[in-house]
Amino acid sequence: MYLQVENLSIAFGGLQAVDDLSFHVNQGEIVSLIGPNGAGKTTTFNLITGFLNPDKGRVLFKGKEISRLTPNKIAQYGIIRTFQKTNLFPGVSVIDSVVMGGYRQVKESWIDILFKTRSFHAAERVLQEKAKAILNFLGLEKKGEYLGKNLSYGEQRLLEIAIALAADPELLLLDEPVAGMNPSESEKVMGIIAEIRKKGITILLVEHNMDVVMNISDRIVVLDHGKKIAEGLPSKVQENPLVLEAYLGKGFIHA
Amino acid sequence: MASEIIQQIINGLIIGATYSLMAVGLTMIFGMMDIINFAHGEIYMLGAVFAYYFTSLLGLNYFESLAFSIILVMAFGFIFDQLVLRKLRNEPTLITILVTIGLSIFLQSTVMLFWGPSPQGIPSPFPQKTIQFGPIFLTPLKIFMAVITVVVIIGLHLMIQKTMLGKTMRAVFQEKEAAAIVGININRVYAINFALGSGLAGLAGVLLGTLFVVYPNMGLIAVVKAFLIVIMGGMGNFLGAIFGGLILGVVESMAAGFISSSYKDLFGLLLVMLILIIRPYGLFGKKY
Amino acid sequence: MRKEIRTISVFSLVIMAILVPLIIPDEYFIHLLINAGLFYMLVAGLNLLVGYLGKLTLGHTAFLGIGAYTAALLNLKLGATFPITLTASILISFVISLLFGLIVLRLRGPYFVIVSLCFAEMLAIVAINWISLTNGPMGLPGVEPPKFYFPGLFEIYLDTKISFYYLIFILIVFITYIISRLVHSTVGRAIISLRENENLAESIGVSAFRYGLIIFVIASVFAGVAGCFYAHYVSYVNPEIFSFSYMCTMLVMLVTGGKGTIIGPFLGCIIFTVLPEALRVAKAYRDPIFGIILIIVAIFFSQGMAGLFGKLWARLKERKFP
Repeated sequence: MYLQVENLSIAFGGLQAVDDLSFHVNQGEIVSLIGPNGAGKTTTFNLITGFLNPDKGRVLFKGKEISRLTPNKIAQYGIIRTFQKTNLFPGVSVIDSVVMGGYRQVKESWIDILFKTRSFHAAERVLQEKAKAILNFLGLEKKGEYLGKNLSYGEQRLLEIAIALAADPELLLLDEPVAGMNPSESEKVMGIIAEIRKKGITILLVEHNMDVVMNISDRIVVLDHGKKIAEGLPSKVQENPLVLEAYLGKGFIHA
Repeated sequence: MASEIIQQIINGLIIGATYSLMAVGLTMIFGMMDIINFAHGEIYMLGAVFAYYFTSLLGLNYFESLAFSIILVMAFGFIFDQLVLRKLRNEPTLITILVTIGLSIFLQSTVMLFWGPSPQGIPSPFPQKTIQFGPIFLTPLKIFMAVITVVVIIGLHLMIQKTMLGKTMRAVFQEKEAAAIVGININRVYAINFALGSGLAGLAGVLLGTLFVVYPNMGLIAVVKAFLIVIMGGMGNFLGAIFGGLILGVVESMAAGFISSSYKDLFGLLLVMLILIIRPYGLFGKKY
Repeated sequence: MRKEIRTISVFSLVIMAILVPLIIPDEYFIHLLINAGLFYMLVAGLNLLVGYLGKLTLGHTAFLGIGAYTAALLNLKLGATFPITLTASILISFVISLLFGLIVLRLRGPYFVIVSLCFAEMLAIVAINWISLTNGPMGLPGVEPPKFYFPGLFEIYLDTKISFYYLIFILIVFITYIISRLVHSTVGRAIISLRENENLAESIGVSAFRYGLIIFVIASVFAGVAGCFYAHYVSYVNPEIFSFSYMCTMLVMLVTGGKGTIIGPFLGCIIFTVLPEALRVAKAYRDPIFGIILIIVAIFFSQGMAGLFGKLWARLKERKFP
């Protein structure tokens, strides 16, 4: 198993935000984490990526325990995430942001930096080329010189994905990538996500948009009040009465 | 020996209580507005300077001067917030810090232009004699200081818990956006908060200026101590600021009494650095 | 096109800097330039930390003082010459900043600012009170000018203003080169990413702690170098060197010149050393004006003069090539 979440629990004050959660993601899959608001989906992301430390339980990646590592160390393992609220480098241009994203990709030693060696120049060139390629992939190539903060909302969300891709992810965690987008924008992003999977990147998705989730996921994990209430193929999960109850409330179940 | 220790502790508590005033002011400003007010020390200094001018040059009585100084300082805080800080509500913290540092430089050096070469004391209205309470010796001034700090802190606490204004302030403190949605004038609350915080600093300035001396640079070491206390107690933590102030006062007093007077300031600093190493968010603070 | 312009401008500035003391041999003018140079070493390091990494410190004077006292004590008590005092200042600043950084850099923004200020204050208290070592408030007078003494080989004694100028010029070239290389590399991008959005930077693998430490140590070592030079130039080191007033001056220079740019510190240092003299502003009025300038610049010109020039340049380019 690629990513394993085992008995993960965390409480804030009196509130149990994540309660004994266990699930796994296999390599090459697209797994979606869904659930009503407040179910603990983003908290789970934060626990996996090191922004929060669990009270109980653990997270394993490729067999290694990563539960209490700092975010940057987890990123170094190849686990890259995006955020629910748009997170960019506000004063930096689009192309530079993506180049910055490539931090993990290139090693420049002190000697390289101070003496402008050939490997230094090669590394810089590689970063620029990869950044351009990623912008092309996402359709942002014309906006290279724009400052991140001056892009439209949809473009900013794409830029976030670009930065994450630049970080050379093996496992990509996307937190509500199409939130606030209109149908055509969402479709575009979903196409991109499918393409990302084709490149061999495993994806764990948090999303509210059911069309998107049902169409693209291999498996779905459903959370409610911090607990897992269902897991499995999209078609099965769709019919699960517990899931319907969680989303719609008790009065709406019909045979 | 035991009575000496108790004496030092009491001394420390009284001075520490004044530190607490400053720290509470600072933590109120930080807790609500996310502003690290580096000019807090200069506002403390202004309180002392105003009181000095009122008593020595205008001949007003001590309590009137105290009141006027605090009012002036609060007005200054209110105006500064509305004129300058208001524009910076959404700017990164670095900018606001730089602005308050700029204000601090401006105030300190401007006062230096008018101040003479030597420190001055604010004349105390109380007789100089010492009164004995069991093993402890206190002067009327120190008793006054203790009483007024306790009264002000309790008053502040009551105001915040019981009055409409206090409730409004707490609302803004906890959830600015929600408070704005229900129609609270956030700007006004910020300004009042800043004015209150400044008033506390000014009061501390008058008190310590009477106990010790007044000079234009007095703000720096005061604001450093206030920051240390706020750090010790946790940013935005009212109770932490109070306890932190008392603790710092006592530690300084004990260090001065039993180790070395000249290094006493050092101990406060070392204490806080030690605390921060063990508990990076302060004694009572939480992840910020 | 831009690269050629940049290389030519840098080159011409360097040539100008080399020729200036020969063209204007006025001692006082050179003294002003040396002052500007001293501040530059401090502000350039501060710029790395505050401008590029975005981490404010108020304790930069701590390392200025550490460097100065190290050099002064070694020279006065052991007769050490410049190469030795410089190496010692660098090493000691390195070690102390490393230890201090390891302890303190885990602290979030406001905490770090205050603790750094405390550190400088603590050193000041120690310098004032540890009279047997530092001679207390009286300070350490009589530090020799830089001497390069290799027995049997040669002996260079730099005791004229012009020689100081060239010495500091060389140091500045080194420092600027290192900073410029750093900033245009992975390290530079990493620290800028931390400044712009620390969470995002961490999520792509950048360690805030590691880079904070690296930059803090580099900046502090530069300050230590400035301190060493200060000791040999001014000849007299006292606890005033830790004063918050110097810290404020550095900040005003940095912010006005333009933080986060290479040229900013140059602009800031020259403006605030040369201009006050040129305008014959009385010293007492300087600080109030500094305070106001800091407020105004922080609010309205947060990019400093470098930013203003940058915008002007961009607008000019637009006009020329619409």
